[in-house]
Amino acid sequence: MCCNKKEVGMLKISNLHYQVGKKEILKDISAEFAAGKFHMILGPNGSGKSTLLKLFSGSIDLKHGEVFYDEEKLSAISTVRMAQRRAVMSQQPELSFPLSVKEVVLMGRYPHFDFSPTKKDLDIFMAVIEKMQLQAFIDRDYLTLSGGEKQRVQFARVLAQIWEPAEPGCRYLFLDEPLTSLDVNFQQEFLQVAKSLATAQTVLIAIVHDINLAAQYADELFFLKEGKLVASGEPQAILNSDLIEHVFSVRTQIVLHPVTQKPVVLF
Amino acid sequence: MLIIATAFGAVDIRVNEMWNSIRHFVSGQQPSNIYEAVFLQIRLPRVLLCAVTGAILSASGVLMQGLFRNPIVEPGLIGTSAGAAFGASVIFVLAAGIPSALKTLMGPLLVPLFAFAGGLLATWLVYSLAKNAGRISIMSLLLIGIAVNAIGLSGTGFMSYIARDPQARSITFWNLGTFSGANWMQVGIISLVAGIIFIISIRYSKQLNALLLGEDEAGYLGVDTNKLKRRIMFLNTTMVSVATAFVGVISFMGLIVPHVLRLLIGSDNKKLLPASMILGAILLTLADMGARLLLAPAEIPIGIITSLVGAPIFILLLKKFNVLQQKGGGDA
Repeated sequence: MCCNKKEVGMLKISNLHYQVGKKEILKDISAEFAAGKFHMILGPNGSGKSTLLKLFSGSIDLKHGEVFYDEEKLSAISTVRMAQRRAVMSQQPELSFPLSVKEVVLMGRYPHFDFSPTKKDLDIFMAVIEKMQLQAFIDRDYLTLSGGEKQRVQFARVLAQIWEPAEPGCRYLFLDEPLTSLDVNFQQEFLQVAKSLATAQTVLIAIVHDINLAAQYADELFFLKEGKLVASGEPQAILNSDLIEHVFSVRTQIVLHPVTQKPVVLF
Repeated sequence: MLIIATAFGAVDIRVNEMWNSIRHFVSGQQPSNIYEAVFLQIRLPRVLLCAVTGAILSASGVLMQGLFRNPIVEPGLIGTSAGAAFGASVIFVLAAGIPSALKTLMGPLLVPLFAFAGGLLATWLVYSLAKNAGRISIMSLLLIGIAVNAIGLSGTGFMSYIARDPQARSITFWNLGTFSGANWMQVGIISLVAGIIFIISIRYSKQLNALLLGEDEAGYLGVDTNKLKRRIMFLNTTMVSVATAFVGVISFMGLIVPHVLRLLIGSDNKKLLPASMILGAILLTLADMGARLLLAPAEIPIGIITSLVGAPIFILLLKKFNVLQQKGGGDA
């Protein structure tokens, strides 16, 4: 049902290497992110998580290694075509000017319309507004919103961008620390919405800080340390206190959640 | 073209009002048949030049604020105008040495071309000097803007010092701005430039909006940000330079007009650009009327009026965005 000839779409990274001056930021990273799963990347500050995301999302030019979107080389895809199938939500995009929520969310449709939004763009706009329960905010000035509300607006914008795959193919959604400024209840709500998107047609990757949220929601975890991919796999399979000590230099206990049976890390 | 026509339409109403005020002012001293000529050859081109210049400077404010993602940027503050004035003064003073055949061939374009070179150089200088590790803090932008402005002003001053008398007077006017030398040739050139650039820049309004989210976000939305920045910079410098070449430095227009409109209609560039051009045209026409009538029959350089009104608004904006307390928030 998805992605040229193959049954499952995929983002594939092979031998990514990145350095600034003499400092190696990422060392020889290879990984595969299949559609339908929620992937989360974890690691201490400075381990190269954000750089990795910027590289495979096309924000920084690749120097060594290659990234494949459904078998297609990243370098061969134009910026606009890329924007029609791949959306990125960054840490807290700030606006320096007043704009209405509607205008911000409609920006997600920019790669799809030329000068004015079409009926389809406006339909999708209404759909994401409903999905993120922003009906009451449509005409509000973005700058007057709280941190959590801004986050929801940004997420609506990002959803609008890839609401449906542009061509026969997958859509790609990357989230760079989407939870930082959210309250606990919003974190849960946000991750539930995000997880509901992890369907056969969507490649979903998030950078997160909270190991327990990651263990709860992710289908696959990727641990980065000093620019190296040190472990990857299902939470139940790879989470253990030795790994966490190795990556984060802190001793922990790991127990199973009494209800969900997912691993919980106690610090 | 339609939108531009409306821009002029909005001003046309003002032209009629002005026409009456000028009529009462002038008719006391002049016979009415000369006054017909005055209107056609002096007043009308002057008002049109003024309106288009107001539109250009305001649009330029919108473009630059979008580019630098900061509401306190305008061509007068970051060196564009001063650089263009210097470029114009150089050719003005050196014009005596240029073979007259070339001068008649290139005549009307020579001054705008040199103004463009000066404006581009100054803007580029400010932009690249203020950039630190890919980011532009508004503080460094303003400080370097001051420095480059000073260089431009002293350059223009030097030119006026070595110039012979009649030239020197014109140069002084450049630093303060004036519409007194308006003619149809200028109106033609400047309207052409404004029209072309408006059509091009309205096409970039979507991308400029995306840039408000930040460079990375704009990139994710399919905007080639480096290309966009280069093009906007070029368009902007072109129109500001042409305007400066003809009327001199008029500060703060690009600050006042977008600021007022952002409060009224928000920051969607698709609406903000045309609205700024209309309001800019109206306001500068009014300011020029003030310049002519306040001390009549003498004339105040219009730059004095716009600065008098604009500088307090600038200070207000600085206060509002806490630039004076903090290191400065914006980056580009």
